[in-house]
Amino acid sequence: MAFAIELIDIHKRFGTVYANRGVNLQIRKGSIHGIVGENGAGKSTLMSILYGYYAATSGTIMVDGREAHMRSSRDAIALGIGMVHQHFMLVESLTVLENILLGSEGGFWLKGGMEKLRARLADLGKTYGLEVDPDACVADIGVGQRQRVEILKALVRGAKVLILDEPTAVLTPTEADSLFDMLRVLRDEGKTIVLITHKLREIMHATDHVSVMRRGEMVAHFETASTSVEQLADAMVGRKVSLTVARAPAHEGRVLLEAHDLVVRDALGVARVDHVSLTVRAGEIVGIAGVAGNGQSQLLEAIAGMQRLASGRIVLDGQEIDTETSNPRKMRELGLMHVPEDRHRHGLVMSFEACESGILGFQHDEEYGRTLLDRAAVESGLARDMETYDIRPRDPRLTTHSFSGGNQQKIVLAREIERGPKVLLVGQPTRGVDIGAIEFIHKRIMALRDAGKAILLVSVELDEIMALSDRILVMCDGRITGERRPDQTNSRDLGLLMAGISDKAA
Amino acid sequence: MSGRRLPAWADLTLVPLANVAAAFFVSGLVVLAIGENPFTAMRLLVAGSLGTLEGLSFTLYYATNFIFTGLSVALAYRAGLFNIGAEGQAYLAGLGAALVCLSWPGLPAVVMLPLAVIAAGVFGALWAMAPGWLQARRGSHIVITTIMFNWIATSLMAWLLVNVMRAPTSMQPETPSFAAAAQMPKFDALARSFGFTVPSSPLNISFLLALIAAAFVWLLIWRTRLGYEIRTLGANASAAEYAGINTTRVIVITMGLSGMLAGGLAVNEVLGVQNRLLLEFTAGYGFVGIAVALMGRAHPLGVVLASLLFGMLYQGGAELAFDQPRITRDMIVVIQGLVVLFAGALEGMFRTPIAGAINLFRRPAENPKA
Repeated sequence: MAFAIELIDIHKRFGTVYANRGVNLQIRKGSIHGIVGENGAGKSTLMSILYGYYAATSGTIMVDGREAHMRSSRDAIALGIGMVHQHFMLVESLTVLENILLGSEGGFWLKGGMEKLRARLADLGKTYGLEVDPDACVADIGVGQRQRVEILKALVRGAKVLILDEPTAVLTPTEADSLFDMLRVLRDEGKTIVLITHKLREIMHATDHVSVMRRGEMVAHFETASTSVEQLADAMVGRKVSLTVARAPAHEGRVLLEAHDLVVRDALGVARVDHVSLTVRAGEIVGIAGVAGNGQSQLLEAIAGMQRLASGRIVLDGQEIDTETSNPRKMRELGLMHVPEDRHRHGLVMSFEACESGILGFQHDEEYGRTLLDRAAVESGLARDMETYDIRPRDPRLTTHSFSGGNQQKIVLAREIERGPKVLLVGQPTRGVDIGAIEFIHKRIMALRDAGKAILLVSVELDEIMALSDRILVMCDGRITGERRPDQTNSRDLGLLMAGISDKAA
Repeated sequence: MSGRRLPAWADLTLVPLANVAAAFFVSGLVVLAIGENPFTAMRLLVAGSLGTLEGLSFTLYYATNFIFTGLSVALAYRAGLFNIGAEGQAYLAGLGAALVCLSWPGLPAVVMLPLAVIAAGVFGALWAMAPGWLQARRGSHIVITTIMFNWIATSLMAWLLVNVMRAPTSMQPETPSFAAAAQMPKFDALARSFGFTVPSSPLNISFLLALIAAAFVWLLIWRTRLGYEIRTLGANASAAEYAGINTTRVIVITMGLSGMLAGGLAVNEVLGVQNRLLLEFTAGYGFVGIAVALMGRAHPLGVVLASLLFGMLYQGGAELAFDQPRITRDMIVVIQGLVVLFAGALEGMFRTPIAGAINLFRRPAENPKA
C-alpha cells in the first residue's frame, strides 16, 4: 500500500524549543486522516512543514514514495499538496472565479485563463459535487460556500492531498456535516484528506485513521473504527480525563440579570444585536449558542458596558442600569464581572507581568494600596490565585505571554471569579485551552453556579453549551431564534436554530 | 516564536550599547571619508566632553535639556502617544516663565523661581493637552496635531516677541532681561561661594530638577494607578476599554504631564541661562528628545543615560569642530542621525543575535510551544 505522505523522524526546533520531536506519520492514499492534539502540541507546525512554510530542522518528507524538498508553499503545490486555512484567504470584493484565478493567472491577459478556469470549475463541480456560482461575489456568499471555494482553489491547482486546518470552526453543525460528506466524495475519487482538529467528535465522525500529538511528539495512531472519544482524549492529555461535567440539580433563585430589547448598532448602523431580551437567575447558567459573528460578542460587550446600546434596558439585581453612562468599571462595582471572549485582545495585557494582568479592571481596588500601587499586594494576589487555579509556572512576575493559553485563561477566570461576582459574563471560556484545563474551567464555572451566582455563557462550542447550560438561547443574525432546555434538544435541533430557522418560522 | 526573548537588563543595556556602537562605527567611516582619523576624533570628542571640569559641566547642562524633553516623549510613548510637540510645548513654557518674571519683577527668588517653574509647567501642559483632547475626542492624530501645534507656537512666539514683549529700545526680538531673582542658582556660582575655583558654565540646578523628574516619572509609570492605566492604554487599547479605563481622561492627563516635562527645557534655558525670553531658544532640543526617548527605550533610566550620551555629543562635538576644522558641527548631526537610525528604525537589528548569544548560556526550555 502506497502512502500519499510519509514523514520520517521530523524534528523542528525554534531556538531551544522543540515544536516537533521525532515525528513519524504515514498517511494512506485515498483516506481521511485526522490529526488531533491540544493547542501547542505541534500540529500546526507539522502542517506548516508539510506545506513548505517552515523547513524541518531534520527529518525526511516523502510524497508519493519519493523524497521531497520543499522550500516554499509553491513547491508543496507543485507536489500536489493543497491547504485550506482556518481563516479563509479570499478577497471579498472579487468574484469566486477571480479568487480561484488569483495567483495562477497564467499570462498577461486575464481572459484566456478565465475561460479555461470556468470550464475546469464546471468539470470539478460535476465530479465532486462541489458546485458554486463562479460569478458570485465572495462577499455575498455564505461561510460554507467560501470554504468550498477554498477547496476548489486547491483542487484547481492539482492538489492530490488536501490539508484542512480546523475547518469547522466557523460552521454550523449542518454545514459541518455537508463538509464531511464532501470530503468523503473527494476521498472516494482518490484524494487524500488530512483533517486537523481538536474536536474529537468530528474525528470519530469523519476520519478513517487518526494520529494523536502531544508535546511535539506523535504519541498514538489509531484506526478510527477501533477507538473511542475517551481513548483519544486520554492519549491527547496523557492521563485519564473526564469529558462530562458533574452537575447538581439547579436551585434557581431570584432574577439577577435582566436585559430588555437590547439593540446594538455597529459603525455602519447595522443592528448587530437586534431586540434581544433575556433573564438570568441566581444559580443558573444560561448558554448562548450560535455561529461566531452573529452578535454574541456585541451582546456580551453591551451588557458589560463596553458597547453603547442603541436602545434597551439592563437591570442588575433589581437595580436599573443607566446605560448612557455605564462603563465596565461601574458594572464591576455593581458585581458584574466579565471573562471576555478574546483574552489577548481584551482580557490581558500580554506584555505586562502576569500579576499586573491579574488586576486589570480592578486596579482601583483598595487592597492594592491607598495612593501608590502596592506591588507586594499585587503579586501576592496572583500568587494566591496561582495556587487555587493551578496556574503554571507559579511565578507572578513572568510576562503574561510566557504562559500557555490555558494558564492565561485561568489568570482571567481567577481574576473575575475570585472577587465573588453576582453575575458573571463568560465568553468562549475554553477557546485555545487544552483539555486538562477545560475540565478544570468547567468545574469552576459550575461551582460558581452552585454557589448561587448568575452566569451568562457564550460559546461557539455546542458541546460546551450543552454540558454547562441550564437553559440554552440560540442567536443568529443578532436575534434570539429559540430557547431550549439541554435535555430536550440535540445538536441538529440547535443547528437549525443557529442557521436562523426559528421556531416562529417553522 | 517565543524562543527569542530578551531579559529586561539586556534590553536596557546591551541593545542600546550595540546600537550606539554601530552608529559610532558608521560615523567613523564618515570621518575617514572626510580624511580625518576617526580614533583621534573619538578621543577629542570624549576628552572635550568628559576630560575637563568645564567640558563636563557643559555636557551635563546639555543633558538637562535632553532629560526633560526625552522624558516628555517617553511618558507619552508609554500611553501609545507619539508626542512630536515637545519643542512647541517648551516654547510656550518659556512664555509662562517669562510672564511671571516680567509681571512681578520685585518678588524674592524663593517666591519668584517656584512660581516661574510652575508657570512654565502649566503653559507646557496646556499646550500639550489641546492635541491630547483632540486625539481623545475627535480622533485627530496626535502626531499631526502636535506638529501643527509646533508651528502655531513658532508663529505665536514670533509675533509676541516682535510686536508685544520686545523691550521698546531693543532691535532684538526678545524680552528685557529678568530681575536677578529670576536666575536659577548656577553650580559655578554655588561652588565659588564655597570657596572653590571652577570654570564658569551654564550648568544650574535645573539638572537636579531633571533627575528628580526622571525619578518621578519612574514612580508614576510603575507604581501608581494612573501609570498602570497609561501603560495599559499604550500596550493594549482594547484591554483598557475592557478594564473600564477612561481613555479620554488618561490621554489628556498624560499629554499634560508630557508637556509639563517639556517645560523643563524652558526652565533650564530661559531661567537658568538666558534670563530673558528670546526667539527659538528651544533650538531643536525638543526634537532630539524623540531620539533620546527612543534610545532610552522610553524608560526614565534609559532616558537619563541617553541624555548623557547626547550631552557628550553636543559638547564633545563642539570641541571637535574647534580642533579639527574639517569636521564641522554637522558631523554631530550626522552621528545623531545615525543613532536615531540604529536606535529607532533598526532597533531590532541586534536584538536577535544578542538574544541568541544569551540563550547559548542558558538551559534549554522544557516546554515546547507550537
